[in-house]
Amino acid sequence: MTEALDLLTTTSLWAAILRIATPLIFGVIGALLCERAGVLNLGIEGIMTMGAMTGWLTVYLGAGLWTGLAVAALSGAAIGLLHAMLTVPLGLSQHVSGLGITLFASSLAYYLYRLIVEVGELPPTIEPFQPIDLPFLSDLPVIGPVLFAQSAPTYLALALVAVTAWVLARTPLGLAVRMTGENPHAVEAQGLDPIRIRIGAVVVGSGLMAMGGAFLTMAAFNSFFPEMVQGRGWICIALVVFASWRPGKALLGALLFAFFDSYQLRLQTVVENVPYQLFLMAPYALSILALILVSRRAEVPTALMMPYRRGER
Amino acid sequence: MRLERREEVPLTLAATAPVVAIAAALALAAGLIAAAGVSPFYAYGEMMRGAFGSRLAVTEMLTRATPLILTGLAAAVAFRGRLWNIGAEGQFYLGALMTAWVGHSLSLAPVPGIALLCLVGMAAGAALLAGPAYLRLRFGVDEVVTTLLLNFIVILFVGLMIEGPLKDPLAFGWPQSVPVDDAYRLPDLVARSRLHIGLLLAVVAAALVWLVMSRTVFGMEARAAGLNASAAAFAGVSLPRTLLGVAVLSGALAGLAGAIEVMGVTAGVTTTMSPGFGYAGIVVAMLAALHPIGVVGAAIFVATIFVGADAMSRATGVPSFIADVIVALSLLTMLVALLFTSYRLRR
Amino acid sequence: MSPVLELRGITKRFGALVANDGVSLSLAEGEILALLGENGAGKTTLMNILFGHYAADAGDVRVFGRALPPGRPRAAIEAGVGMVHQHFALAANLSVLDNIMLGTERLTRVRSARRAAVGKLKDLSERFGLPVDPDRKVSALSVGERQRVEILKALYRDAKILILDEPTAVLARPEAERLFATLRGMTHGGLSIIFISHKLHEVMAASDRVVVLRAGRLVAERRTADTTPEELAEVMVGRKVERPVRRPHPVGAPALIAEGVRIGAGPQPQLDGVSFTVHEGEILGVVGVSGNGQATLGALLSGLAVPDEGRLELAGAEVGRLGPRGMLRAGVGRVPEDRHAEGAIGEMAVWENAILERLRSTAFQRWGVVRRAVGRRHAEALIDRFDIRGATPNTRSRLLSGGNMQKLVLGRVLATNPSFLLANQPTRGLDEGAVAAVHASLLAARSAGAAILLISEELEEAVALSDRIQAIVKGRMSPPVATEQVDAQRLGLMMAGVWDGVPDAA
Repeated sequence: MTEALDLLTTTSLWAAILRIATPLIFGVIGALLCERAGVLNLGIEGIMTMGAMTGWLTVYLGAGLWTGLAVAALSGAAIGLLHAMLTVPLGLSQHVSGLGITLFASSLAYYLYRLIVEVGELPPTIEPFQPIDLPFLSDLPVIGPVLFAQSAPTYLALALVAVTAWVLARTPLGLAVRMTGENPHAVEAQGLDPIRIRIGAVVVGSGLMAMGGAFLTMAAFNSFFPEMVQGRGWICIALVVFASWRPGKALLGALLFAFFDSYQLRLQTVVENVPYQLFLMAPYALSILALILVSRRAEVPTALMMPYRRGER
Repeated sequence: MRLERREEVPLTLAATAPVVAIAAALALAAGLIAAAGVSPFYAYGEMMRGAFGSRLAVTEMLTRATPLILTGLAAAVAFRGRLWNIGAEGQFYLGALMTAWVGHSLSLAPVPGIALLCLVGMAAGAALLAGPAYLRLRFGVDEVVTTLLLNFIVILFVGLMIEGPLKDPLAFGWPQSVPVDDAYRLPDLVARSRLHIGLLLAVVAAALVWLVMSRTVFGMEARAAGLNASAAAFAGVSLPRTLLGVAVLSGALAGLAGAIEVMGVTAGVTTTMSPGFGYAGIVVAMLAALHPIGVVGAAIFVATIFVGADAMSRATGVPSFIADVIVALSLLTMLVALLFTSYRLRR
Repeated sequence: MSPVLELRGITKRFGALVANDGVSLSLAEGEILALLGENGAGKTTLMNILFGHYAADAGDVRVFGRALPPGRPRAAIEAGVGMVHQHFALAANLSVLDNIMLGTERLTRVRSARRAAVGKLKDLSERFGLPVDPDRKVSALSVGERQRVEILKALYRDAKILILDEPTAVLARPEAERLFATLRGMTHGGLSIIFISHKLHEVMAASDRVVVLRAGRLVAERRTADTTPEELAEVMVGRKVERPVRRPHPVGAPALIAEGVRIGAGPQPQLDGVSFTVHEGEILGVVGVSGNGQATLGALLSGLAVPDEGRLELAGAEVGRLGPRGMLRAGVGRVPEDRHAEGAIGEMAVWENAILERLRSTAFQRWGVVRRAVGRRHAEALIDRFDIRGATPNTRSRLLSGGNMQKLVLGRVLATNPSFLLANQPTRGLDEGAVAAVHASLLAARSAGAAILLISEELEEAVALSDRIQAIVKGRMSPPVATEQVDAQRLGLMMAGVWDGVPDAA
């Protein structure tokens, strides 16, 4: 038992948190953006898979890491545009369309991967993003490895949270997005086009989700293989609810989640006679628990999942 | 341009929607096949041959369609009642696991034994979906996320059981559960094939679900609650009870799919026994426009693609993931086709 | 002087329905124009075309002599048109300032100029006498305050022409009078105003000129000073429709008794110690401005809400906790407030809607199996008896007109010969012919001995049908008054919450 507690004092546990959290941060901010505009994007799992594949593939074919990340974002945005067209102007069920997008995007990612990359013994690898060595800061005890020895996309994710929070709270654009999620009729009555705003939010949000997926193949690991997203997308959807649709709380949720994930990984090594599957279940069970705790008092965007058609009330 | 609601949905339009949707999906996927350097016509020809070209092909396709009919029914029932059950995959696995477990040590005559094992699978699936339904009623937790996350939990649980207490000692270390007793293996429908009477059970289930949903008080109340919850509540329909009823029925159908797959095909349970039957069931249900009888046809289509694509892949080298792409595309095109059966485009 | 606004030959079709048919009208600077018409006459459609929510099939809109591009609200706003929607276009979870500022700044700005906006808003508030707190959430505002925010939204964008869609639908008489006084003041500042209404008295009191729409066509245009309510009523309805008249009728024993019913907690419960008695063969009218507890009262009497305190008795038996089906079995018939949201399920057949309430009774099911043939015959009988037009048992309900759908909802209830009937806004949104039919059905049920509670926001209707009247204000109910002993003035005061010294007719 003391071993389990001792784990909490190891630096590697804390240093892993930001790394584990990064794909979730991208994903949860992307999902939050879509939902704040009123569109549930269950395509997230497939979009992350697509981003993981395209980002990796771009680098594998010889481009730079940042180009790869940008290609991943674009591929996610393209899939997001498909979801947006189906759910916003056509007003189709966001649930069913989202699931369809997930099935489509992940199978398309596997298909294209198989088409371009020959099947071998082991999946081919790329040289991934490396932790940035910051002078002085990285050498600080404990805080150094925990905060200042991360790879560049992690810092990008953190910056993204701040930017999203600012845009939503302080800019006219953010107000328009929030209002679209609350009452698209009010947006139309003020002369803005809620349909365009929703499409825009879904496209940008989906791009971010794909960057989260790309982090998996371009920083956390160095290769692409099927099923690698492993429900991270769904967990992001749960985290958005947990965060009450607020970027700051979403970051907190992602970090908390990453902490538990990091802890259970290490716990597996010290606790004996407990099947490893029980540890692996923990993150999913924890997400459900979080939903139970907050759902009753969550401030759901009023028009979330309500299709908007001009001239229909 | 805007969408305008049609006053009446012409029957011919409703009937052609899936045909148009499937044609569109195949046309879109043709581009991907061409990208692999293979003629789409040739590839689709191989696919048809792979699914219908021989007695074996047909029986394999129908064997694959059997669980799809049941998971398709599970999704159709749930979606009609506005319960977003995305957890058929988990319910399938739990139904399969419980069936293998009970069926391994059961000592009953074959017929009552098989009937009991069907009930065991159904109970497992129903119980698994009742949880998220309860969470929605009690805490307002969205069942989409909970049923999705439960899929991961259940598959890990299956892994835990088949590497632990339910491990098959005769499987040479391969992670597989103990098998159901031979007495409870479903009889073959066609000699020298894997096709078993589960197909008939699934078709009967479709007919029964159709009768329940269209002819009974429960079915009518569930439909009312799905179409307009506040009007149903005003008319005295108990929304919580109806939702739980829908959840039990839907979960039971997915659990039954697992039970029948174990008794009919695999005997034991592995964590890879389902190539996504639960998720594909959603596509099946949508292609059938949530109609229980249509589910049978839609399941045969999806099975054709899956089984045909494997054969096509072997013959042409096109990655067999193309099957998943076609199936996912047909879901999306069907959604659009369904929209245009009830709306028309106007300037 | 050239008009500030001109509509020329506006035509708009929805499928087979012609909502506007070649409508032309103009508005002069500083004028208040009333757009009068029955429900469904095409008033709202016309204003939505003017504001750009819809594009017209034919015709054009000119503001200050320039044609507006069709279907673009932004162009209308920039041209100086502001619209106050009947269903307020506000986001309840956001602040007043957010709601007003939306769309007023370039979307590429990196920071909203909120302080300047607050200043401008304060100015406008003072200038036009429309006080609001910019930082409050809209959800915390009363209906009157929300309407103020809607008007300020238009003024904030420098509207020169203000369109108000049924602005008094949610206001009590004194509030409505205050609103019209404010509007009149605005016209002195150069604003021109169009308001939509179907209430003759306010059109007569508040407008300079009246335009009457009927079935999508402009049928009359009068200077308000040159016309009478009688003339307007006739052109509005187009034909002489006689509403049935209530005749004196002996009242029986008390049927439904509510005593001290409270629903909801805190200092402002939805129903606050409400008491009333409805006798056999009597109609008790409950009048009030929308949103004062009528919805909860309706839910209580429908079996959807349970009293936290107090008793509800029918023929001496407690019925407050029976639920909808139990209420039905006890002899309660219910007509819901909103027939689309609660009364009927549009995607289901007429016969299914006809029996849905009584689905579990053995008349319509056996062993859990629906008796479809019996259900269809029952629907057939309802269609004949209540003259439901355009329906067969298999017709999908949403294809029925509002009036025929209401006949179905009312008919399925009356077919059970209820001892108590709740009629919640039974004629809302209906045209005059359908109103007369519904009134006749209610009066016939009264003659047959049913006890009826009528919840209505139309004073005229309540007075015409009710034997006694109680007002509902903020979840509390006034003592009952005999209809013959009060005038409209008195009722107006009661609806504003003043009921000291009214003659008690308990």
